[in-house]
Amino acid sequence: MPRIAVTVDGIRYEEDVEPRLLLVHLLRDRLGKTGTPVGCDTSNCGACTVMLDGKSVKSCSVLAVQADGSDVVTVEGLSANGDMHPMQRAFHEEHALQCGYCTPGMVMAAIDLLREDPDPSEEAIRKGLEGNLCRCTGYCNIVRAVRRGAQSMGQAVTTP
Amino acid sequence: MTEELDAGLVAQQIAESGQVSEPEGKREVGKARRRKEDSRLLTGRTTWTDNIQLPGLLHVAFKRSPMAHARIAGVDVSAARDMPGVVAVFSGQDVADEQGSLPCAWPVSDDIVIPDHPPMAVSEVRYPGEAVACVVATDRYLAADALDAIDVDYEPLPPVLDMTEALTEASPKVHESGNRAFTWNFAQGDIEAAFRDAPVLIDRTYVQQRLIPTAMEPRAVTATTDGESFTLWSSTQIPHVLRVMLALTTGIPEHRLRVIAPDVGGGFGSKLQVTAEEVLCLLLTRRLGKPVKWTESRSEGNLTVHHGRDQIQHIALAAEADGRIRGLKVELLADMGAYLMLVTPGVPLLGAFMFNGIYKMDAYSFDCTGVFTTKMPTDAYRGAGRPEATYAIERVMDELAAELNLDPIEVRRRNWIRHEEFPYTTVAGLTYDSGNYEAATEKALSLFGYDKLRAEQSDRRDRGEPVQLGIGVSTYTEMCGLAPSRVLGSLSYGAGGWEHGSVRMLPTGKVEVVTGTSPHGQGHETAWSQIVADALGVPFDDIAVVHGDTAISHKGMDTYGSRSLVVGGMAVLQACEKVKEKARKLAAHMLECSPDDLEFVEGTFRVKGTGSSKTIQELALAAFAAHDLPEGVEPRLDADATFDPENFSFPHGTHLCAIEVDTETGMARIRKYVAVDDVGHVVNPLIVEGQVHGGLAQGIAQALYEEAVHDAEGNLLTTTMADYLLPSAADLPDFVTDRTETPATSNPLGVKGVGEAGTIASTPAVVNAIVDALRPHGVHDIQMPCTPERIWRAIR
Repeated sequence: MPRIAVTVDGIRYEEDVEPRLLLVHLLRDRLGKTGTPVGCDTSNCGACTVMLDGKSVKSCSVLAVQADGSDVVTVEGLSANGDMHPMQRAFHEEHALQCGYCTPGMVMAAIDLLREDPDPSEEAIRKGLEGNLCRCTGYCNIVRAVRRGAQSMGQAVTTP
Repeated sequence: MTEELDAGLVAQQIAESGQVSEPEGKREVGKARRRKEDSRLLTGRTTWTDNIQLPGLLHVAFKRSPMAHARIAGVDVSAARDMPGVVAVFSGQDVADEQGSLPCAWPVSDDIVIPDHPPMAVSEVRYPGEAVACVVATDRYLAADALDAIDVDYEPLPPVLDMTEALTEASPKVHESGNRAFTWNFAQGDIEAAFRDAPVLIDRTYVQQRLIPTAMEPRAVTATTDGESFTLWSSTQIPHVLRVMLALTTGIPEHRLRVIAPDVGGGFGSKLQVTAEEVLCLLLTRRLGKPVKWTESRSEGNLTVHHGRDQIQHIALAAEADGRIRGLKVELLADMGAYLMLVTPGVPLLGAFMFNGIYKMDAYSFDCTGVFTTKMPTDAYRGAGRPEATYAIERVMDELAAELNLDPIEVRRRNWIRHEEFPYTTVAGLTYDSGNYEAATEKALSLFGYDKLRAEQSDRRDRGEPVQLGIGVSTYTEMCGLAPSRVLGSLSYGAGGWEHGSVRMLPTGKVEVVTGTSPHGQGHETAWSQIVADALGVPFDDIAVVHGDTAISHKGMDTYGSRSLVVGGMAVLQACEKVKEKARKLAAHMLECSPDDLEFVEGTFRVKGTGSSKTIQELALAAFAAHDLPEGVEPRLDADATFDPENFSFPHGTHLCAIEVDTETGMARIRKYVAVDDVGHVVNPLIVEGQVHGGLAQGIAQALYEEAVHDAEGNLLTTTMADYLLPSAADLPDFVTDRTETPATSNPLGVKGVGEAGTIASTPAVVNAIVDALRPHGVHDIQMPCTPERIWRAIR
């Protein structure tokens, strides 16, 4: 069984993993990082999106062994010193979540979207979030939240 | 008692305050409060059922039928038992002596057939995905591995897929008793006279395609026992109802069973259920003495979460030459699927009372036949019966307008109940307590820019442009606040429609509210806090709302049918009134005055005309210490209340959709969507708007995208999110939403409910718009979902 080393939310873990173990199950079942949920088994919904070395990935489509040596940030690692990330705050301010199941992935995808386009138009936001499905909000408030998040994060967009 | 304590006066004050939204105002109700729930959801500190970890937890996986219909000749689980990590494997037969039939709580008619519904099939599978065996293993991967080693010998039987064919003598049978589940009908007025020599007759058949509800959180169950008592965590909307039903189904005594619905990731009716997996997880933990967990995969969920809609509607409307409706006949075939689940037969009945919509007519008849097919059972899905009914009447109203060459708004105006006519008893026998269809429609037309868009449509038609513009309207009402218990009784439903609230002032002055409703995204913690803050005069942040655990919330009927605020919010308000009454007695005792001499202002009882006062927090501490309580007053400031509504509530509104349809490719793109909803008084405008947005997305998705598709053998083809098309952010427009506020008179809060309105209204608005765009091409109807291919074919 391969041994991997992975840093998750600032803590380094060494784990023996089956080659087939998905990153999301490593995070949830082994490391207790249950903030990242699973919504489908075809990587369509995006609920399990995390940052892998600074870029958003759907953690159900990454094997744990592929994350060997990587730096992973989950929604639990976004808040710093008890303060929410500006994008998390923007989701709260704009009421961009209801049941909240898609929210961690949606927030991650939004942050990554701004890394590539710090000042996205509504259309760019809608296209950019195409891989993350929400069943509660109808997306209007999510789009507004990403706009607000972009404004509060400013031009110097920081990746977590 | 002074008047300000009275619930009616609270409502009146709310009414006078109108649409309050300024955040600095003292009143909490009406304020666009950001949600209390958000913090844990945004930071990943949520408790989803799949997050539950227990020592020694075992994982359950189900072997599911790959066929729609087959006899089970044998199930060999022996090889699976030897697989690594496998603790136990059971076939349906192995547990047949212990598993009860899954419950149906709504035997709608005397002729209903309720087939035995084992949680795992024993001798015959009747829908694709039905469980035939289960594996319990130390790891979820190992449990899944072992499924492959289970050998099931199926003898295929012919599937039953088409409802009309299913009712013929020649059809194969889903159950020995036949394929007719029930018939249910009623009529009001002289329907024959209404249709005799009617100047205008519209006769249509509409198909409500089968939908898969698709809450983002897949279902999950965790069960454990200490040998005597059982605890079940489930991603359910109905922990209280579930507990009763599981006790009846499993034989576990109710007082030994605790059901917990922790954070639940969406429901839309799909978690209003008593499922095979819940029953079996309890059975497995009882047999093995170990905690077990099952979490479904999405493809498993698409097969086995109950499906929605699936009706064939024959609707005939008779009208005068000026468009006034004489009467309406509805004949419905409703696909039950293979079994009757919790409320399966009741769903079409909820629609029976709404086919007449907001319109006046003298006669109405409704005939429904429930039909068994070899598909996943149907049951409640967002709106449950009302979206289906609203679709049919709102489509037919457009056909009536087209027939008479009238504007669709005008034909509605000629028929709708006018503001001054409320309360109005409809032809279907409901009494609509309040409404103002004119106001909502005028507002919607103005926001939409109706005349301008009609002019543009006309231009495009004249120029023969390839991209045509269609305008669709839907003037809907729905039936919320389920329900007066006596009405549910008259419809043979197996439970009541009351709701419970408990308000407990704690010794430190904080407030704990326990509600019988069980939210899954609706923001009850925030909205209930707003109600309590106003009623008790305590700060919003000093209130915590607890829900979804039968050990803490001992009474409840849970969350569905837009009932939570209308019934559950009212129960919480009534509990506040009781707390205040108790506090008043204590205050009078402590201040040595008559209770009548006290006024209650912003959380303080004051002796009128003097400076003496006691805050409610001081009284809470005194009631806790109980050193000197007046006679008959028990320690602590707390109270329970139940509320049983006297009537349903009837939100309504007008939705307008402008859609651009490319006649060369069939692509349809929503250009503008305006929703003006009247949900009565609004506790939290932010939450209301969010609910409307989400509802619109789901209703539009039925019109344009979603459909559960089976092949000729009855296999479900749309088992994944790659095949079953949920709209993404890129597929939907920004919505224009607004409100009118006509308070409900059937509850003192004046609230009506909002969870299903958007879904109910939007489907006909979108399809009406598409048909409107294509009428010059001779198109009068189009089957949902209106895919580019269907639109393209309809034109040709």
